[in-house]
Amino acid sequence: MIKKLLIVVVEPDPDRAQPIADGLREAGDHDIRIIAEQSGLARQVAELRPDIVLIDIANPSRDVLEELALAAGPSERPVAMFVDRSDEQMTRAAIEAGISAYVVDGLRPERIKPILDAAIARFHIFQQMRAELAATRAALEERKIIDRAKAVLMKARGIDEEAAYAILRKAAMDQGKRMAEIAQQLVMAAGLLGR
Amino acid sequence: MTRLRLGYVPLIDAAPLIIAHELGFAAEEGLQLDLIRLGAWAQSRDMLGAGLIDAAHMLVPMPVAQAMGLGPALPPVDLVMFLSHGGQAVAIDRRIEARLRDQGYPFDFADARAAGQALRRAVEGPLRIGVPFIFSTQSDLMSHWLLLSGFAPDDIRLVTVPPPMMADSMASGEVDMFCVGEPWASFAVERGIAALLLPGVSIWAAPPEKGLVLRRDLIQSRPEQTGALMRAVWRAGRWLDDPDHRGTAAEILSRGDYLNLPPELASRGLGGRLIVLPSGELRECPRFIAFNAGAASFPWRSIAALMASRIAARHGLAPEPAMTRAMAHFRTDLYREHLRPAGAALPGASSRIEGALREDRMVAAEKGQMILRADGFFDGFTFEPPIGTSSQN
Repeated sequence: MIKKLLIVVVEPDPDRAQPIADGLREAGDHDIRIIAEQSGLARQVAELRPDIVLIDIANPSRDVLEELALAAGPSERPVAMFVDRSDEQMTRAAIEAGISAYVVDGLRPERIKPILDAAIARFHIFQQMRAELAATRAALEERKIIDRAKAVLMKARGIDEEAAYAILRKAAMDQGKRMAEIAQQLVMAAGLLGR
Repeated sequence: MTRLRLGYVPLIDAAPLIIAHELGFAAEEGLQLDLIRLGAWAQSRDMLGAGLIDAAHMLVPMPVAQAMGLGPALPPVDLVMFLSHGGQAVAIDRRIEARLRDQGYPFDFADARAAGQALRRAVEGPLRIGVPFIFSTQSDLMSHWLLLSGFAPDDIRLVTVPPPMMADSMASGEVDMFCVGEPWASFAVERGIAALLLPGVSIWAAPPEKGLVLRRDLIQSRPEQTGALMRAVWRAGRWLDDPDHRGTAAEILSRGDYLNLPPELASRGLGGRLIVLPSGELRECPRFIAFNAGAASFPWRSIAALMASRIAARHGLAPEPAMTRAMAHFRTDLYREHLRPAGAALPGASSRIEGALREDRMVAAEKGQMILRADGFFDGFTFEPPIGTSSQN
């Protein structure tokens, strides 16, 4: 009978942490803990003495774990660095998925792999969602600024919305820029001119 | 145009990369830079290692630690030039500020010796100090200064805190003090959480803070692009050295896609005019941050040795092999090769005694003469690097 692994997932967003934990449970009979509160993270992790810690690669608190990973005091359990050193492909896949894993020294690669595969799959889904959300937000912002630029033009030149749009589009094409950029410049200039 | 992906962490010392992109220095060299904002230093190291970014704005001791084998096994990386010196500030919480004020401390933001002695009198027991990363210039500065100020090694507890969280960490009482790159110290002052005690340059006049780091295989397989990137960043650094440009730089850096903070905050460090107390006192520190002047961007191999010797001491490793390994990753050879054509002044040697210059000094260069920045430590400490083949070139 193999000992259960203790896996800690550091993730402040519960909507994200839960599916990751579920995915890990499907990958095997492990003990999963979620740390949401990032203050005192090093202490929390050190007290739990996990076998594996999973955290978003862009989470600033990662740097706190680095300190722990290199501390090898007698009372602290050394959390060795990163995925199995011999498996470059898995390391790369994890980094690409936006995940970082701290694995306790001496844990056998065949025990780590299914856990990481499950984590990578879940992180991929979130990364896609995040990218889509960012794109949607950016598009919304662009719409807003274009609407404001149209309003400036309509007021300044006494034209209708369609004509204002045509002017913006032509300027963008003539200058080889995106409409949002032209709109941004126009709104900024209008602000300076006090309009 | 060749695209290069550059990772940076939001700090004022990312300016050379952002300015190289925004003011067209990169485009002049035929490069299109994709600037990618990163949340953690470890992320920068890992993404560079995995080839997800081509170059990184990195804490100078990070490639040193990698060269020493501390950290994950990733492909070798080299530091090709320094991006900045200084830019750090030491902040204390309001409780310590009040005790210092009771002593009549002037908050001159200049004298490291006096500040250390006053702090020693004001604080009992261990001091918890926030630093951005285990391998950082900030860690070295704090250890060096506090040990000489009468704090016992056990009383100096360095705690890693990500820069944007320094203020919160102090507010919640997790740290008593911190040392961090701007604008994150000013950010804490602005929120009424911290007072500034010293600039990093008062402890060590020229502490190399960030470097431009690339993977060695990329440097070898794409030498033209490496050179182009170095020249673009070097020109951006030269532009940034003009005090008249610092305000514009603060405006650009503060935009939503970079620091996303009010420009006034970034302009304090960049302009060398810092508000040191929440009550609003201003102190001038013209040498607060440097990018290129006085050969600031030249990646002295002796700096690699100095940092390696300190990391080795802290981790109980043998200093000699650590220094030798680290020195080979500071590429003075590439600096010479790629920046000579751009007209950079080049020192005659690539290794030197660190901390020896109390004042800026005119020295012999590869061609003619050049000015080297003062690099003295407040206590007169000097460091002599090992002499060997790796100190050549």
